[in-house]
Amino acid sequence: MQMHKPRHAFTALLAAALIAGCGQEAPPPAPKADAPQTPEVVTVKIGSASPLTGPQAHIGIDIRNGVQLGIEDLNAKGIEIGGRKVRFELVAEDDEANPTKATTVAQKLVDTKVAAVVGHFNSGASIPASKIYADAGVPQISPASTNPDYTLKGFSTTFRVVAHDGQQGPTLARFALNTLKSKNIAVIDDSTAYGQGLADNFEATVKSLGGKIVAREHTTDKDTDFKAILTKIKGRKPDLIMFGGIDPQAGPMIKQMKDLGINAGFIGGDGMQTPNFIKLAGDAAEGAMASIPGLPKDQMPGGKAFLEKYKAKFNQEVELFAPMGYDAVFVFAEAMKRAGSTEPAKFLPEIGKTDYQGVIGPIAFDGKGDLRSAPITIYVVKGGRWEPLEIIKPDGGGEPAGAETPAADQAPK
Amino acid sequence: MEIFAQQIVNGLVLGSIYALVALGYTMVYGILGLINFAHGDITMIGALVSLTLLQLLAAAGLPAPVVLGLAACGAMLVCALLGLSIERAAYRPLRRAPRLAPLITAIGVSILLQYSAALIWGKQYISLPPIIEPLRFTLFGAQLTSLQAVIFLLACAIMAGLLWFIKASRMGRAMRATEQNPDVAGLMGVNTNTVIAFTFLLGSAIGAVAGLMVVLYYGIGHYFMGFMLGLKAFTAAVLGGIGNVAGAVLGGLLLGVIESLASGYIGDLTGGVLGSNYRDIFAFLVLVLVLVLKPSGLMGRSGGDRA
Repeated sequence: MQMHKPRHAFTALLAAALIAGCGQEAPPPAPKADAPQTPEVVTVKIGSASPLTGPQAHIGIDIRNGVQLGIEDLNAKGIEIGGRKVRFELVAEDDEANPTKATTVAQKLVDTKVAAVVGHFNSGASIPASKIYADAGVPQISPASTNPDYTLKGFSTTFRVVAHDGQQGPTLARFALNTLKSKNIAVIDDSTAYGQGLADNFEATVKSLGGKIVAREHTTDKDTDFKAILTKIKGRKPDLIMFGGIDPQAGPMIKQMKDLGINAGFIGGDGMQTPNFIKLAGDAAEGAMASIPGLPKDQMPGGKAFLEKYKAKFNQEVELFAPMGYDAVFVFAEAMKRAGSTEPAKFLPEIGKTDYQGVIGPIAFDGKGDLRSAPITIYVVKGGRWEPLEIIKPDGGGEPAGAETPAADQAPK
Repeated sequence: MEIFAQQIVNGLVLGSIYALVALGYTMVYGILGLINFAHGDITMIGALVSLTLLQLLAAAGLPAPVVLGLAACGAMLVCALLGLSIERAAYRPLRRAPRLAPLITAIGVSILLQYSAALIWGKQYISLPPIIEPLRFTLFGAQLTSLQAVIFLLACAIMAGLLWFIKASRMGRAMRATEQNPDVAGLMGVNTNTVIAFTFLLGSAIGAVAGLMVVLYYGIGHYFMGFMLGLKAFTAAVLGGIGNVAGAVLGGLLLGVIESLASGYIGDLTGGVLGSNYRDIFAFLVLVLVLVLKPSGLMGRSGGDRA
């Protein structure tokens, strides 16, 4: 024991020195707002949470890139909040599209003292994470989560800059009745929260507008044989079949429709608006329609400029939600400016009052934190590609989407 | 009436696929008294191997019949080897063990195959571009494609070939002898290990053909696709009388038709309370009823259950 004593003392000394050293190196505490100060640059951390690895990584990285671009643009412009220069800093985290990992990541961001978070991508990740942000009082804008439940938790910190599924179903229904003039509609869903929710919303709106649902069928998100239900539907002679579900079912389904000689139209939600759907369905995909929240990326008000800037910076095309991520950063910055503070508690009330013209269009939130004006675009498969067909504004009006896109006209017929 | 005819056709084609898979269950059960729960996943491996081969060969620009032939051979070879190695590694050491042991091992092998496939092919659905545009024709008002007809005829042909093989060939006689009593068969000079290995080889190769048909019919493959297919085929084998080759095909066809009619008419019969997503209930309701009312199945020997 005796021998150890000096060593203990030495260790203690070393530790003390280290702690002292750390104290000296640590940044000075943030200056008080009322203290007279020379203009000093304050660093504000913005979190970005999305899947950066795994099968959805390309979408998650796209969101992260959008946030990064937003932050760099803000810093380049150099903005002042409450009379002090502010520098934004990106803290990007990977939630692996996993609800459990999402809560871990959310806690990590809160502990890193981010002022605000752009995220997550998956509804299944955004919803559990929203509780952690709400408890910490950190505002959250999801660039992509469309499940209606996300904003129904009663948290004041929860916002999104994308239309939700509750807006998609009715829009599809109005499109089917007003534009396609469908008389007899059959509805199939995949018995999931997403698919059945979308189909229920669709069916309810069709009925309330006086449309006729001739069959309502269910399958599962594991099935690949739809011959039996399609045969039954064939007997009801529909002119349109609406499917609430995702591409692994939608692809084989439309193929089997053609095999059975059903000549009805086929329409669904964003779950089947994917290149994979066309791969799975082959030639049968031709003419299938699907909605996706938001405008086509090249038709967003700030779209063209943004796409070019993005391409120049990252040397790749915008995947999907980068413009939403970009705008979310500016929504935060604008709210901070108006509040004159980078304290979440101070600028949070200002987010709800946002009236900002972003890349994706006008951004204003309703009481729940959903977009007030959330356009939805209907796409159609034409020449083996998804092409925009019609943009539907929330007021119910529709306008052809092909007008400004020469690409749509030149597509091989 | 047209709709009814169409549902019958749908059911027969679906049933033919069940029948092809059920043959593998029933052969192994007949010889060993073992329910090889990994058989559904061997079919899955066959499906994914043929999917990959079809993609590669079609991309290489070979004519369609060559592509199909090579894919079928490749898948059958892989599955036959797989069946052999599974028997050698997982079942043979346990042949004298209590009956529960190989059953648990079979479930283990099944899971092993699933996740190995997930590692190799990923967890995504894999799609297959159409290799041959099928001819469409009408039969009693029902729409039919040439592929559907081929699947049905193939199931019948393989069953007939198998029945002949078991009845007439030397190996078939050895199989029947092993089935009746492996110990005595061994004493009579039958190499039972070879017979059992051959049974696995044949059953797995037929499973590979079933996998190829699934891939061609649905144009889609997935690492988990063998699970439900295996359970349904097992049900079909029990329905027909497990251990009986003709019974497996009859059971498969019946199950397919029952399922098809159930999902077509359940919604109307129950006033919309039960939807067609409950159709799997019928498959397993059939299993329970058969086990309760006629445990030996439609064509099974009564009281002949060995082990």
